[in-house]
Amino acid sequence: MSTLRAALVIFEKELRLELRTRELLNATIIFVLLVLVLFSFSFDPTVEESRRIGPGLLWMAFLFAASLMLHPSFAREQANDTLAALRLAPVEPFAILFGKILANFAFLLATELVMVPVFAVLYNVAILPALGRLLAVMLLGTFGVSVAGTAFSAISAQARLRELLLPLLLLPLLAPVLIASVECTAGLLAAPPELPGEWLKFLIGFDVVFFAASYLLCEYLLEE
Amino acid sequence: MPDSAVTALQFDSVEKRYGPLVALRPLTLAVARGECVLLLGANGSGKTTLLKLSALLLRPTRGRVTSPRHAGDGPVALKASLGYVAHATLLYDELTAEENLTFFARLFGIADACARVSELLESCGLAARRAGIVRTFSRGMRQRLALARALLNRPSLLLLDEPTTGLDRQGHLWLAGRLAMLKDEGCTILMSAHGASEAAALATRAVLLDRGALLADSAQGGSVAQVQARANELDGLSARGPA
Amino acid sequence: MSARRGTSVVFTGLVGLLVAVAGYAAFFVAPEERTMGAIQRIFYFHVSCAWTAMAAFFLVFLSNIAYLSTRREKWDWLGVSAAEVGLAFCTVNLTTGPIWAKPVWGIWWTWDARLTSTFVMWLLYVGYLLLRDLLPDAERRARICAVFGIFAFLDVPLVYFSIRLWRTQHPQPVIGGGAGTGLDPAMRAVLYFCWLAMLVLMTLLLRQRYQLEAMRHEVAELAAQKSAE
Repeated sequence: MSTLRAALVIFEKELRLELRTRELLNATIIFVLLVLVLFSFSFDPTVEESRRIGPGLLWMAFLFAASLMLHPSFAREQANDTLAALRLAPVEPFAILFGKILANFAFLLATELVMVPVFAVLYNVAILPALGRLLAVMLLGTFGVSVAGTAFSAISAQARLRELLLPLLLLPLLAPVLIASVECTAGLLAAPPELPGEWLKFLIGFDVVFFAASYLLCEYLLEE
Repeated sequence: MPDSAVTALQFDSVEKRYGPLVALRPLTLAVARGECVLLLGANGSGKTTLLKLSALLLRPTRGRVTSPRHAGDGPVALKASLGYVAHATLLYDELTAEENLTFFARLFGIADACARVSELLESCGLAARRAGIVRTFSRGMRQRLALARALLNRPSLLLLDEPTTGLDRQGHLWLAGRLAMLKDEGCTILMSAHGASEAAALATRAVLLDRGALLADSAQGGSVAQVQARANELDGLSARGPA
Repeated sequence: MSARRGTSVVFTGLVGLLVAVAGYAAFFVAPEERTMGAIQRIFYFHVSCAWTAMAAFFLVFLSNIAYLSTRREKWDWLGVSAAEVGLAFCTVNLTTGPIWAKPVWGIWWTWDARLTSTFVMWLLYVGYLLLRDLLPDAERRARICAVFGIFAFLDVPLVYFSIRLWRTQHPQPVIGGGAGTGLDPAMRAVLYFCWLAMLVLMTLLLRQRYQLEAMRHEVAELAAQKSAE
């Protein structure tokens, strides 16, 4: 069975599990909305300031959401040792990791797609003029977060203090993604909207490096 | 009938250590095709480690685990002919019985997954509860589903880790019946057990482990019953504590 | 045992001498800097500690790869030793920075490229050591930390370039001169000598830490053997 097909089977299982319980998506969306509202209490932005600090706040909220949402990815597989069941399958270990990366990518993206309109309304930011390019930036940034985050979910699930360890390890690592995504978003929310080329290339570079690293190291990550 | 000419599973000086802790001392063992091997020993004697090594879930610290039948295959191909029933159920509590089996069937690349799933649900007596969430199942039902999962890919090597734990009388009988059928079909079975049971009675060979070392093997002289007796003796000794 | 300790004493003595000479060179041999005065002399230790920390972290990276390829425990011992020693030098780097900055710029800290990326790198390796603490099983700890260590090191250049690109677009107070640019030959000589002293010190600390880890492993083995009897 090809690695991609196996990854898609696992991706479908993750979606099915999440839609059955719905605990993660609901909690994360509410948390993220809460963060955005709290930020607006702390900063009380004018339109000018919104354009300046808005992108930073948006991506900070995404990262907080990701820290919460990524943890169960592998932690959930410890109940009933279902990770062993996955490893018993005649597929490359990377299929397991890739399937979960895709699932986390989908969940995070879903959360962001809910958040962005709310953000635009709360902070009076015009997102429509550059919507397509904004989506592209979100896709690339979220993919980077998913790749690193899923790998770190596997890492932290094996240690103590897992819920605290994941953001502690992940957030410093994601500093480049944060900066690049914020710069791109800020460029797109300016008038006129402009997509900074070098930052976009940087995001792609980050995604490629960590995807490759995950591919090469996944066997060691998933071992018992 | 065990075919001693064909080795289904081979351990060559296999050792497993967890840092300073030795789970399995250098072990050499050959299991012929069609044998039904009973693994005996106290808790911590290395039975689970041996089974996990056989299932390719663990890497040996030293030595090699091979399947001479599938000499040229890599680990991925080998797994296609393995079935493993563990202490844990290896099932998703929040999915239904059918969803669990369908997922694993698809992951194992089984052609015509739906038919195979229905077939197994039927033969494991779970057809009526196919749409039931596993979380609501009793221990016996979960064990049946776990065995069904292990049998999805029609394994030629079946590994079972204390499969009778938590089963009632009926469950015991059902398992013994299932295993007898598989044995007749030529499946190689490696099963760990703690005490006597109908399932254990199917064994053609018994191996006793003690603190990670191979203590007795009925294939090298003696009978299954003798090895079982020795196991009970050891059990009794350790229950009483050091003299 | 005593022979090993004997060479250690000689080696330690040599290192001590080297560091003392480097200190003397920094304070008395190097010419006084034009604008900043005496406080600038801390630069010799600030920069050489930074370079030494990078060397140590590179060593962590290599050890991690070696461990995953060979599964020999000694690479794990080298990895943790290099990470701890590197973190120590990195901490010295981060603390000498503000000590230098305050009299020169009047501020303790600034979010410029080098300082910020050093700080993120520091956070990553603190994470590495924290991860070690939270993984009780020795074999799992070695393997998982090796994977994390590789991820962390791959991130270091990405962090540096992202912050540098970011900061050149948002002008910040310029660091006086910048290390290595337009440096007086005598100053450069002293800098390299200080770096040599720091590298030798790093090697000494590495050895000690590695031997400690090896001894811990030995003790754990003996304890396990004893309890198995």
